[in-house]
Amino acid sequence: MADTEQSTTPRIGVLAIQGDFAAHADALRDAGAEPVLVRKPEQLAGLDGLVLPGGESTTFLKLLERANFLDSLQQFVKTSPTFGTCAGCILLAKEVLHPAQPSLGVLDATVERNAYGRQIDSVIENAETKLGLMELVYIRAPRIVKTGPDVEILAERDGFPVLVSQGNILAATFHPELSSDRLVHRYFVDRVREHAARA
Amino acid sequence: MSNASQSSNGNGLRLKTGLAEMLKGGVIMDVMNVEQAKIAEEAGAVAVMALERVPAMIRAEGGVARMAKPSLIKEIIASVSIPVMAKARIGHFAEAQILQALGVDFIDESEVLTPADEVHHIDKHAFTTPFVCGARDLGEALRRITEGAAMIRTKGEAGTGDVVHAVQHMRQIVREMKGLTVLSDQELYVAAKEYKAPYELIRMVAKTGKLPVPNFSAGGIATPADAALMMQLGAESVFVGSGIFMKERATPLDVELNEKGEPRNREEREEAVSRAKAIVTATTHFDDPKILAEASEQVTGSMKGLAAAALEEKELLQTRGW
Repeated sequence: MADTEQSTTPRIGVLAIQGDFAAHADALRDAGAEPVLVRKPEQLAGLDGLVLPGGESTTFLKLLERANFLDSLQQFVKTSPTFGTCAGCILLAKEVLHPAQPSLGVLDATVERNAYGRQIDSVIENAETKLGLMELVYIRAPRIVKTGPDVEILAERDGFPVLVSQGNILAATFHPELSSDRLVHRYFVDRVREHAARA
Repeated sequence: MSNASQSSNGNGLRLKTGLAEMLKGGVIMDVMNVEQAKIAEEAGAVAVMALERVPAMIRAEGGVARMAKPSLIKEIIASVSIPVMAKARIGHFAEAQILQALGVDFIDESEVLTPADEVHHIDKHAFTTPFVCGARDLGEALRRITEGAAMIRTKGEAGTGDVVHAVQHMRQIVREMKGLTVLSDQELYVAAKEYKAPYELIRMVAKTGKLPVPNFSAGGIATPADAALMMQLGAESVFVGSGIFMKERATPLDVELNEKGEPRNREEREEAVSRAKAIVTATTHFDDPKILAEASEQVTGSMKGLAAAALEEKELLQTRGW
């Protein structure tokens, strides 16, 4: 019985070092998952998936490095479904520009930070994507400037990918957690369920 | 659609509070030069506040405190990748226009600077750049939100290193919000009158028990324990001003590098770095006493501070704004 319950309500961690982790936790709950805030390596144990939220990627990195959290995080995202938005997407990418900084390197892509300018250039748009028509909230957004052959592009803006998938990894340069439709979170929770069912 | 036309509609406000959401669980540090800004970023600050003088210096030196020089703000913007905030005087919308034109990411309409208008606050809906404003109680917070503020921070008493007023203001706002949640619809109309705030906002708070925008804390936070205290009391992030880079009331720690790129005063630079790092760690792990103890232990010194109780009424900055 416990197994069925687990497959219907996956436990998904939200990295809560800093950023809009509370908004992601709400979105995951709406999408049928049980969110778990993760601040320490041992809290990754037993999770079916993980969200790396929006926030400041430099802050994430500094705190992860200081707490010796990068290795266990990398181990987790290599093997389990992980969804990164904005700063989270930067953390997942293989290469980061403007300025260059270390990352987990599990998404075969090059990401340029603050590529669209400052807060004054932030914008909300509606766009057709492979998941359907949805609202895209960009805040001091990064830009995916290059992707490898195994990366599937699920949405684009001006010819650059904004929602991409590769194996267990899903990454967005916008903030679906700040929109009321839960399209992307439902899609991610489904992927987590499928992964748990295969395991 | 241009961004400017978005500023007055719902999407504009969502973008503004959206950036505030990204800053949650973090530390926003006051910086007076490029070297301090770099130390703040390296320590893990989520944003920096570019200032010519931190509140402790303004308090000690007196005179009219105005918006920082554009050249300083531009230098700091160029030196870090995290968001840069800057302060405009209360009611000084021209200073705010200049800050927006400079590309500042958040404008603080701040009681720390000398007010430019004793009646009107800035109409913040008229700007694309988001604003943060100080508040001592729920009514003041909701009046600022009515004017378009995308983030509220408790005022506390800036430049003292004494957390007592930040605590008082946070407790007051949280208590007043809780109080609204148990009122009937009839009573909410009266509450709106008593709090001198719009009924719609009062009803929103009554329904959710929290402000419709992020609620941060400022004014006197000087140690990792202070930051953890404010987070446990309900702050969603903290602003730290004089607590990181100040030695005595009006003297900053020397964090500059010499021409060889080495610290001019190693001990003082390390002290500033240790304070900055420890406060960031304490803000993330605000509910984990073991990590708080470790972070507090790493700090090699702290701001001397000024007991807020010893200040006379006319010396208080928090009474500016209405």
